[in-house]
Amino acid sequence: MANKPIKVALIGNPNTGKTLLFNQLTGLNQKVGNYPGVTVDKKEGVSKLSATQNAIITDLPGTYSINPTSMDESIVLKTLLKKDIKESPDVILVVADVENLKRNLLLFSQIKDLEIPTILAINMVDQMHKKGISIDVSVLKEELNTEVVLISAKKNEGIKEVKEAIIRCHVAAKASPLCGINHKIDPDYFAKLKEISPNYSLYELWLMVTQNNFPETITASEKAALLSFKQDISKLKKYQHKETIYRYQEINKILKKTYLVDKSKASDVRSKLDKIFTHKIFGYIIFFLILLVIFQSIFDWASVPMDFIDGLFANFSELVKEALPEGVFTDLLTDGIIPGIGGVVIFIPQIAILFLFIAILEETGYMSRVVFLMDKIMRRFGMNGKSVIPLISGTACAIPAIMATRTIGNWKERLITILVVPFTTCSARLPVYAILIALIIPDTKIFGLFNLQGLVLLSLYALGFGTAILAGYILHKTLNINSKSFFVIEMPNYKIPSFKNVFFEVVEKTKAFVFGAGKIILALSIVLWFLASNGSSDFKNAEKNVSKLDVSQNLPSDELDKKIASYKLENSYIGMLGKSIEPVIRPLGFDWKIGIALITSFAAREVFVGTLATIYSVEANDDDVTTIKQKMASEINPETGEKRFNFPVGMSLLVFYAFAMQCMATLAIVKKETKTWKWPLIQLVGMGLLAYVSSLIIYQILS
Amino acid sequence: MRDFLYQNLSTIASLQIGEIGYISEESLDNIPLKLLEMGCLPGAEVQLIQIAPLKDPIYICVNGSHLAIRTETAAQIKILKSE
Ligand SMILES: Nc1nc2c(ncn2[C@@H]2O[C@H](COP(=O)(O)OP(=O)(O)OP(=O)(O)O)[C@@H](O)[C@H]2O)c(=O)[nH]1
Ligand SMILES: [Mg+2]
Repeated sequence: MANKPIKVALIGNPNTGKTLLFNQLTGLNQKVGNYPGVTVDKKEGVSKLSATQNAIITDLPGTYSINPTSMDESIVLKTLLKKDIKESPDVILVVADVENLKRNLLLFSQIKDLEIPTILAINMVDQMHKKGISIDVSVLKEELNTEVVLISAKKNEGIKEVKEAIIRCHVAAKASPLCGINHKIDPDYFAKLKEISPNYSLYELWLMVTQNNFPETITASEKAALLSFKQDISKLKKYQHKETIYRYQEINKILKKTYLVDKSKASDVRSKLDKIFTHKIFGYIIFFLILLVIFQSIFDWASVPMDFIDGLFANFSELVKEALPEGVFTDLLTDGIIPGIGGVVIFIPQIAILFLFIAILEETGYMSRVVFLMDKIMRRFGMNGKSVIPLISGTACAIPAIMATRTIGNWKERLITILVVPFTTCSARLPVYAILIALIIPDTKIFGLFNLQGLVLLSLYALGFGTAILAGYILHKTLNINSKSFFVIEMPNYKIPSFKNVFFEVVEKTKAFVFGAGKIILALSIVLWFLASNGSSDFKNAEKNVSKLDVSQNLPSDELDKKIASYKLENSYIGMLGKSIEPVIRPLGFDWKIGIALITSFAAREVFVGTLATIYSVEANDDDVTTIKQKMASEINPETGEKRFNFPVGMSLLVFYAFAMQCMATLAIVKKETKTWKWPLIQLVGMGLLAYVSSLIIYQILS
Repeated sequence: MRDFLYQNLSTIASLQIGEIGYISEESLDNIPLKLLEMGCLPGAEVQLIQIAPLKDPIYICVNGSHLAIRTETAAQIKILKSE
């Protein structure tokens, strides 16, 4: 019979490899990266410890102590203070970095004092030899009075031992405070605190007082007694300081006996690299060059596979058309679903290249250097150096980026970052930009080196970042929020990116992009196709109505067919819908078909191309099957006889997509993180107005 | 024992790049709890590694931790310099 699963919580300093260990234990693929604050939320997974025993592992954000200063850290405190049998962990696995064991043990000592069974996993032991570190594990075990396991999550070493230790620790359920530190500070004071309740350990009670965080199980009288301790705040602060110093003293004593570093082995690659990457002038130049290379390669490397996939889908559509009997279902497939899906799939190369670069940046440790370089500048715009991470990772997607702001302790800075992140050019905008740039910007080289299309793309990214920062400044000056906090960030060591991590990261994210957008576009293209192939009485009488028109009298039959098809589309349900919004968007240079794509883009921006592909397919003459790019290039504006996607329209569209808040999922996450609809609504309206006015100006000037 | 030259005015913010100092006992109350917890303890050795281009923040190594802190915080933490 299988035993009840053991609940294990992974806790430790940021960037110690908790998530990588979590992935090894559970087989999941959570995001790993070489900077503090990668994980900002809880994540559960199941791990098989033995034939009869499973464990539910919870990965948590990293924290330096149980005293939180930001939202991600407070998730750890909340998990630990929960006395709810269902949720509180049975065993805590503290993951420590072998290189900085001393600081890691501070958190360990706090957790130990909560009197929950605890295991210490010392990670990254693959680095021990190189750094000249040696550890006496058996003495350490004795001194810490706990299970100690040396592991390397990267090399998959010691994982079996961790599993065994979890089972042993759970069975023994041994839990004792490490050194009862608080008693040494002020015995009377802490004795009184302990008297309040026998149900909690002294340290838990102390945390409730200092953190003002009470579990639901606490009674009213206990709470009142605890609150009375809060009267002398300066004393609390002093005791917290003293506690930390005592803890470090104890830890030093233990490490003296067990932990040895041979300093002669220390290499100074790190300081050499830091001299370059954080240099007064080179630092910024390198940062700019890195961005330039990324956005150039998105265009340069991706155009070949992109055209290839585009052609593939066109051929596929044709093949299906020939293979299947004529009918409604075939039409749905070839005019609705295949072009719609194709409109997502052709962008895989670009998206994957973007994700590849982000993953590499995140794995090398460079991100924290950018935080360091940008802090002072960002502060002028109401943000914080740490805002740079959401702004950069927002180029993939705004949703995780908005979650990543949890590491920013100051609420005003965090709110501003949340509000401006959607201006960063996310990967959903990339397809729209890519296709429009390919249509309106010539494919030439500047100085024989830079691809002009790539430069335009780069300037759109710059436009996104620039607007984000400017909006930050305006919010900084207008928002009246007082919140004080201070700034500290750890600078991780440089690492050569692990091929496996980067590969999985790219595959996971690209898969999520394709399936996420794919699902929406699949549903939408069916709806669109239906609405485009059905309509009112005018639609049904299309043949009669068109042939009645004077101009149609002497047309060759294929011209006539085309006329009928577009007449049908205009009078279909989708046409009627599009026509009704046309007056509003006409001043921006958009016709009703683009209008439909704007509407569907509210589900997700990346369906813009797929939507147009579906609409144009329905309208197109049945025999000519073309690629999406060709379809868009050959679309004619009937009023002028010119191409629909000419320079003014293209520019106007680009600017519209750069500014408009067309993403429901982002609005939902902003609501979740700010806990009110006020901010997402402000974003929706503010960004919408900005988009409309800017497009209007651009189009009117250019045309 | 090393000889410490006691300089009343020196704080972490006044270190030169590459220079080393020792956090003085008297600034204990001025050190934010979070920094203490990250290893910025009285008596600990601090080395200034880099100053950001706009003079703020600064990048230090203290007690084995590599941290970036703002100069306003650094200016509150007094140190002793060894000669
Ligand atoms: N050399 C080495 N690197 C490791 C090992 N375990 C993790 N890493 C690397 O350490 C970095 C941090 O790993 P994560 O798993 O993201 O760390 P985390 O503790 O979850 O970090 P936060 O979520 O930010 O708290 C990544 O670059 C990993 O590749 C290990 O055993 N050896
Ligand atoms: Mg993590």
